[in-house]
Amino acid sequence: MSAVLRLEKITKRFGSLVANDGVSLSLARGEVLALLGENGAGKTTLMNILFGHYVADEGHVEVEGKALPPGAPHAAIAAGIGMVHQHFTLADNLTVLDNVVLGTESLWRPWQGRAAARSRLTSMSSEFGLTLDPDALVGDLSVGERQRVEILKALYRDARILIMDEPTAVLTPQEAESLFDTLRKLVERGLSIIFISHKLNEILAISDRVMVLRRGKIVHEMPTESADRHILAEAMVGRAVTRPKADPMEPGRPVLSMKDISLRPSAGGVALVNVNLEVRAHEVVGIAGVSGNGQVQLAELISGLSRPDSGTLTLFGETLEQPSPAKVVGLGVGRIPEDRHAEGVIGEMSIWENMISEDLRARPISNRGLIDHGAARARTEDQIARFDVRCPGPNAETRLLSGGNMQKLILARALSREPGLVLANQPARGLDEGAIAYVHGQLLAARERGAGVLLITEDLEELLALSDRVAVIYHGRLSASLDAKTVTPRELGLMMAGHDPNEDTSGTQGSENGGAAA
Amino acid sequence: MDILEILLTTGFWAATLRIATPLIFGTLGELICERAGVLNLGIEGIMTMGAMAGWMWVYQGGDLWGGLAFAAFIGMLFGLLHSSFTVYLGLSQHVTGIGITLLASSLSYFVFRMLLPDATTPPKIEPFQPYAIPILSDLPLLGPSVFTQTPMTYLALICVAVIWYGLYRTPVGLAVRMAGENPLAVEAQGIDVLAIRTGAVMVGSALMSVGGAFLTMSAFDAFYFGMVNGRGWICVALVIFASWRPGKALLGALLFAGIDALQVRVQQVSGAAIPYQFFLMAPYVLSILAMVIMARRAAYPKALLVPFRRGDRA
Repeated sequence: MSAVLRLEKITKRFGSLVANDGVSLSLARGEVLALLGENGAGKTTLMNILFGHYVADEGHVEVEGKALPPGAPHAAIAAGIGMVHQHFTLADNLTVLDNVVLGTESLWRPWQGRAAARSRLTSMSSEFGLTLDPDALVGDLSVGERQRVEILKALYRDARILIMDEPTAVLTPQEAESLFDTLRKLVERGLSIIFISHKLNEILAISDRVMVLRRGKIVHEMPTESADRHILAEAMVGRAVTRPKADPMEPGRPVLSMKDISLRPSAGGVALVNVNLEVRAHEVVGIAGVSGNGQVQLAELISGLSRPDSGTLTLFGETLEQPSPAKVVGLGVGRIPEDRHAEGVIGEMSIWENMISEDLRARPISNRGLIDHGAARARTEDQIARFDVRCPGPNAETRLLSGGNMQKLILARALSREPGLVLANQPARGLDEGAIAYVHGQLLAARERGAGVLLITEDLEELLALSDRVAVIYHGRLSASLDAKTVTPRELGLMMAGHDPNEDTSGTQGSENGGAAA
Repeated sequence: MDILEILLTTGFWAATLRIATPLIFGTLGELICERAGVLNLGIEGIMTMGAMAGWMWVYQGGDLWGGLAFAAFIGMLFGLLHSSFTVYLGLSQHVTGIGITLLASSLSYFVFRMLLPDATTPPKIEPFQPYAIPILSDLPLLGPSVFTQTPMTYLALICVAVIWYGLYRTPVGLAVRMAGENPLAVEAQGIDVLAIRTGAVMVGSALMSVGGAFLTMSAFDAFYFGMVNGRGWICVALVIFASWRPGKALLGALLFAGIDALQVRVQQVSGAAIPYQFFLMAPYVLSILAMVIMARRAAYPKALLVPFRRGDRA
């Protein structure tokens, strides 16, 4: 096997932090190399060096035996490297074609070869099974389709080496599966792929070889066929990590009950239709579903952000007539919102301001209408210590925290009030293995203490590991709850695609179609 | 005489095009800036500056086309000033724009007074004369109105087509539009976002300045204080009305000018029945209404007002 890409002893320092420490790597033609590591292990830095966004302090990059000039993205593009960033670099108000052709023509040419570009794009998208309308606005596309635009952008520039940075972080399971199909097609045609992820099952599914990066160093390298979850998880975290399991417990009194709740659709959303749900103390109830099937509406109802058009919502035995977020929090609901950047914290404000934001109305934080800074600080420092939030201190800006630490801050704020009901919406999304284990442990500890937990998630593994009962939401209708011990992922998958799991094989076929359409 | 009769006079259509011309230039200029992601509130001042500079060039003995070129050049300088603050230093586009307007307006009055300290009645130049396009100007109604205008009005109409082509059919136009949507995507292709934005602001400011020059070199023949009279702000609103599209910008400018031309004529025939202030208000009230209807669906440049700093991590 000839190496198409070789990185030699790359070292990159940011101040005193060594982000990459003598990393060497080679990639063969037609190979999928998985680069595994926790957030902050140096994966993205390494790829940014490869792509010319950063200049390495030491070491060099070779493509097909030729050295690549450092710090020059267009040299990397010309050498056949294509990068699909975690955050897409697309323009929503422009068409797919516009997004793809930008930068492929000389800037001062007084015309564009639009007809030629269009036919090239169309033939490429059919060749690789990446169906897209060249004239569609990117803003109208789903996340999975936008990723196809990014891949086509790279292929249009004749990329031979494709770097995928956390490509599945924003995808639904169905979209991820279709991405994997695409990647397999590309590899068949001789492309080489570097697949960056911290999701072990994906790496095991797609890659030929795994390299594990920890604190900027390669700590482990092996063919994927001889790897398994435990080896990789341990190599990545540096110690044995096991996700906690729920012990059986006797459920107590109901903390949340929803009876025949319906909600008219809001702009761009789905309606909720006759939702019935009960969560009891000492119990985790999991809600499975492909995103956009009513999870947002369900969470908003329980958070007090909207009120049902019909039906009753009862929290801790009290029927909620005039819901408001303050009332719901006051009754004892702890909320872990779906998007921690948008709804969970205010990034530009300090950690202590975020930490006390649900306690502003009451003593000891509020003292005769003023914030008691001493009390706020003391509480924040106490919670930083208890929940192990790694940060420079209470005054640090919250947006500078890593995803895992930001989620710990939110957990600290929600759980330190000892809520009777925890509403956890995608609590582990985008977190690395160590942080996931921590979040799961905290949710189970809350259950142990006597809280009921409503867990909304798309990750079936997480759902089945934590839940006592599960229900599936599809097009705004919630199924009856099932015992988490006996239900299988296959049954849940069928229900998530809108099928009755008791129907036979025809259902399997249909679920794939339904999944792709969703 | 009712409104329908007014609409059938050549005077109405000629006035509409005349009133629309500076708005077309200004709106196109603002549109280019905003498409690249930079709000240019310096427009009101830059138009005043253009009105003064172009006129002064001619008054000092230069020819009319030279005066236009000079106005465009001065506009570019102010565009460069605006972009050095907003694009390179990443300062607030609102504050910088207002500052440029204050500076450019005051500076044009100051320069005017410095060069002509003794003028009591505003001195005059020989402005652009209407040019009847052969054959087309023989058409009924449209001939004596649309096809008998000054060269600057024809230039404005040509600019609409040229700018549409430039933005939608050339690689550099795509880079400008992309810079206003997602500058990171432009950077990732190895194109200099800051240069693209600066270029767009300079070209846009040149157009604004030419729009101002129309007032002193075509519509009138002298430079007065306060003669731009809020036309710049109307252009800012027209850009939104136009959903950042050149064709719709032309439509918006014509609509506004048409209402303006109409109100003067209705005022004359209505007598004292309705206070004249209501007629003066009409184009502004109607343009606000039109904007409310149109702008609700407007998809505006995602990176408008957002400074781009190289090397920032998303």
